[in-house]
Formats: sequence, C-alpha cells, structure tokens
Amino acid sequence: MRALTHALLQVAQVPPAAVVDSGARATSIGQPNAVAMSFFFAFIAVTLGITWWAARKTRTTEDFYAAGRSITAGQNGFALAGDYMSAASFLGIAGLVSTTGFDGLIYSTGWLVGWPVVLFLIAEPLRNLGKYTFADVVAMRLRQTPVRIAAAIGTLATVIFYLIAQMVGAGGLIKLMFGLPYETAIVVVGVAMIAYVLFGGMIATTWVQIVKAFLLLGGATLLALMVLSRFGWNPIALFRAAAATYGDGVLAPGRLVTNPLDTISLGMALMFGTAGLPHILMRFYTVRDAQAARKSVFYATGLIGFFYLMTFILGFGAMVLVTPEAIKAVDAGGNMAAPLLAETLGGTPFLGFIAAVAFATILAVVAGLTLSGAAALSHDLWVSVVRKGEATAIEQLRVARIATVALGMVAVILGITFKGQNVAFMVSLAFAIAASANFPALLLSIFWKKCTTLGVVSSMLVGTISTLLLIYLSPTIQVDILKHDAAYFPLKNPALITIPLSFIVGIVVSLLSEDAEAQAKFAQVERRIHLGANA
Amino acid sequence: MTERESRLRALDALRTRYAITLTAAMVVLYFGFILLIAFDRELMGTLIVPGLSWGILLGALVIVVSWLLTWWYVRWANSYYDRELAELQQ
Repeated sequence: MRALTHALLQVAQVPPAAVVDSGARATSIGQPNAVAMSFFFAFIAVTLGITWWAARKTRTTEDFYAAGRSITAGQNGFALAGDYMSAASFLGIAGLVSTTGFDGLIYSTGWLVGWPVVLFLIAEPLRNLGKYTFADVVAMRLRQTPVRIAAAIGTLATVIFYLIAQMVGAGGLIKLMFGLPYETAIVVVGVAMIAYVLFGGMIATTWVQIVKAFLLLGGATLLALMVLSRFGWNPIALFRAAAATYGDGVLAPGRLVTNPLDTISLGMALMFGTAGLPHILMRFYTVRDAQAARKSVFYATGLIGFFYLMTFILGFGAMVLVTPEAIKAVDAGGNMAAPLLAETLGGTPFLGFIAAVAFATILAVVAGLTLSGAAALSHDLWVSVVRKGEATAIEQLRVARIATVALGMVAVILGITFKGQNVAFMVSLAFAIAASANFPALLLSIFWKKCTTLGVVSSMLVGTISTLLLIYLSPTIQVDILKHDAAYFPLKNPALITIPLSFIVGIVVSLLSEDAEAQAKFAQVERRIHLGANA
Repeated sequence: MTERESRLRALDALRTRYAITLTAAMVVLYFGFILLIAFDRELMGTLIVPGLSWGILLGALVIVVSWLLTWWYVRWANSYYDRELAELQQ
C-alpha cells in the first residue's frame, strides 16, 4: 500500500506528454502515469460497484456458479470473449508481429480456430447435460467419485498453470507500466479478483468480463483506426510500408516455424484446448438454454475473430511506427509493442488508457479462472465426492467461498514464487492439458455409448500426466530453463502425442472394461442432449 | 420405439452429422493453412500485390471462414433443428 501511495504522489511530477521523436525515443513507460492511474482506479471502482450489486443478487449456488442462468446470449458472447482474450493475446501477439512479422499472425489464427469446435461439438450438449462444471457432464452416466476426482485434477492443473502465467505476467506488466513493485501488483490483482468472485460470484465475474471485453475491443479498435489513418485507411499500404523497410520477409513465414511438427502440435493444442478450458465451459451454464449457448458462441467467435484480425494492424503498425529496435529496447520479449504504439499515436494519455485496458484484461481473466477452479474444489470434490451430494445449499455456498479465497491466495503465493521465471510456456501447457485431459473425456462421454468409468478416468489421468511429463522432457524446460544441451522429447508442445494417446487410452480401456450402468443410462443422455433436464 | 423417439433419434443423427462435417471442415481449413506454412513457405511468402502475401491473405481468410462456418451452423440450428425439436416436444 505504501508503494501505491508513493506511486500516486509521483503522478503529479510526471510531464503531461511524453517526448516522442523518431530518432532517440523517450518513453514514459515505467513511470506512474496520471491517466493510467485514473483509468485503473475507475475500472476498479466500477467493477467493485458491479460486485456490490451482484452480491445482493447472489443467494443460491445457482447464482454463485451460473449467475442464476440469467445471462443473455449477447451478454455471454461478450463474457466469453472477455474470458478468452488474455493479455498474452493482446500484448504478446502485437509484440510478436511487430518483431517477427508474419510468424506472429500464426498465433492470431490459432487462438481463434478452437471456437467453431466448441460450438459444433460441446456447447449445446454441455448446457443440456450439466449443472455447474464440465465434470457434471462426464460424470452423468459414470461412477461419480472416480470421475469427479479425475476431472478435478484436470481442471485444477489447467487453472493453476493458466493462473501462474497470468499472475506473473500481471506483476511484470504492472511493474513495467505503472512502476509499481512486483509483489504489490500481485497482491492488488489477487485482492481485487478474490473480491469479485467471493462476493459477486458468477454474476460479478460475468459483468467484469463484459466491461473488460468492451474496453479491450474499444481500445484495440481505436488504436487500429489511428494506425490506418496514417496509411490511407488501407491495411495493404501498411504491410507495404513494413516490407519497404524490413524486406518482403516480414510478410512470409520465418524462423519461428523451423520445425513443422512443433507448429502442428501447437495448432492441435490451441484448436482442441479451447473446448477443454474449464472457465470457458462454465460460461455455458450461465445462459437460459442450449439455443442461447449456441448463439453466444457465434457472437464470441465474431468478437474474438475481429480482435485477432486487428492484431495484424496493431503488430505491423508498431513495426512501422515504433520500430522493432525501440520495442525490444523497452522489453526484450516485445510485450510493450501495443502500449508503445499507443504512446506514439496518442501521447501519454492514450498510453495510460491502453495500459489500464491491459491491466483490466488480466484481472478479468484471473477472476474467471479462480471461479472455475473454486467450482472444481467445492462442487466436484467437496459436495460430490466428500459429501456424496448431500450438502445443504448453505454449506455448498460456504464451501465455494472458502475455495475461492484459498485458490486466490494460492494464486498470489505462486505469482510471487515464480517471480522472474519464464512462465510463458505455462499458457500452452494449460491448453495442452485442457486438450488432452478434458476434451477427450467430454467428447467420449457425450457421443460414445460404450465408454466406461474406467476408460474415461484412465483417459483423463493419462492425458494430464503424459502432458506434464512430456513438457518436462521438452526443450522448453530442458534447454530454455534447465540449460541442458538437449531435450529428451523434441517437441515444445506435446499435444500432437498426448491428444491421440488420451483418446486411444479412453477407447481401449473402455472396450476392455464393463460398465453396465453407463450403457444403460446412455439413452437418457441422448434425450437430454436435445431436450435438456426437462426431458 | 415410439415414432417420437425414432424421429428424435433421426434428428440427433442429423445434428451429429452436421457437427462432425463442420468440425472436419475446420480441421482441414486450419491444418491446411499450418501445413502450407510448414511445407510451402515459398508460396506463403509470394506476393499477390505489393504488401499482400498469400500467407497474410490466407491467415485472414482462416479467421473469416471460421466465423462464417459458425454462422452457417447457427442459422441451420436456429431454424431447422429448433423447429423440429419444438414439434417433437409437443
């Protein structure tokens, strides 16, 4: 808190506009910035106001986990987009494109293509079959205890790795942009996100996502329009300007894709991982019915696709207007490309706005993750496994809140523990686990009559463990982090192996084991897929 | 099996067929793009007009076509599928 006050006091001394010239670049990034601070506190005030309003409406577990199923398709479309578009995609992709050109765009497409898969295979059955978590769907006709435990392991592994990446990113980012100490930043993020989830549950979390999605899309659109205004409103003129300075190579695949199998493996993790992300899947329970779930994915895909198309403009805009050298001088990873572009185009006030948007982005994503992790702990493990479904509504709500606080504190502790570590790989790790542990189990239990408890549980456990093991043996850990000369496993992302492996294990073990109940209940699953719980 | 059940089953088979076909289309679309990047860099780097390479055009198209596929499915499901289902529920 002292650091925060200190930072606020410094605000008055900051010059009103950054000194920007094309030669030696001066940037006010890293200095506390009055506009950034004002937007940041306005965002906190608005979201806490929303939380206060949501807290009064949160009375039952259905309110807490699923916003009382009162969210409309349009609202959920924005909330899904808000939950999904992390700072990694905003700052990371803009940075990657601005320093490598076309290679960065591979990520822009990869982050989108999972959404149609969510729509075609998962969204509607999930809404009709489950209640609060994806484990509800998997466990529906299988034995509760083993399935819930395995699904909770998959969920928590996904959530924890995603949270670490976001928290470490948040600490670094806030330090870089506002000049706050790393630990203070982590604690501020932790306290705000616990407040949203603890008091306002899914209602507050959803509206935080919606506000964030508006800010992020609005900020990115404004930035893209300002870039295009300099190039006769023609993106091709922008790309041409980039190629004129840095060569036609920036418009072609380059050194980032030296290993084709790596590219394919990452593509598989992104495409099928989206359909296994617990915080995304949980959103489908917040709408009234399967039709609303379906429409919400359509809206979300449109918003997210639009956003990733804009990363083309932002990335190349930063390359031409800020230059890769200036971007790397501020942050070697290139993450400050979008904020620097904002500063170049709109001075310190616009930099402040974009910095606050990036912060809001992180805060919203961690809130969504925490809620889905808390649901796995309380709904799947405590209520279904420990209490065998016999807990009262009051107890369920209390346990959910305890789980929220516990998980929030774990996130803060891990965020501080991993300070300064290279954790970027943890996002792709989270996607790989989601794709190999959660997605195959969901698909098998919804569509395949012959799957058994043993088969699905083996599939989830093998998916989780093999992903963790192969990541540990991969160049990401062995070479980049442990500084060994070579890795035992050649691919940076294991999805190419682990997704098929998880499916094969699920299918083979199911065929070798008996589960009469699971087969008998399949007719019920088939009916409910279409007609919902009222069937 | 009642007539209602067999019609529900037929509707289910149809939706599954749609879901699988469209998912397969997505896989072909995206991995086609990835495989071109991996194995035909030359083509992806070829300029169509100055400033626009095949890679950038196809990348943008992957995003747009993905969204069009979701639009197509939602349009079908909102009209045909929901109507059939509503009839069966009566």
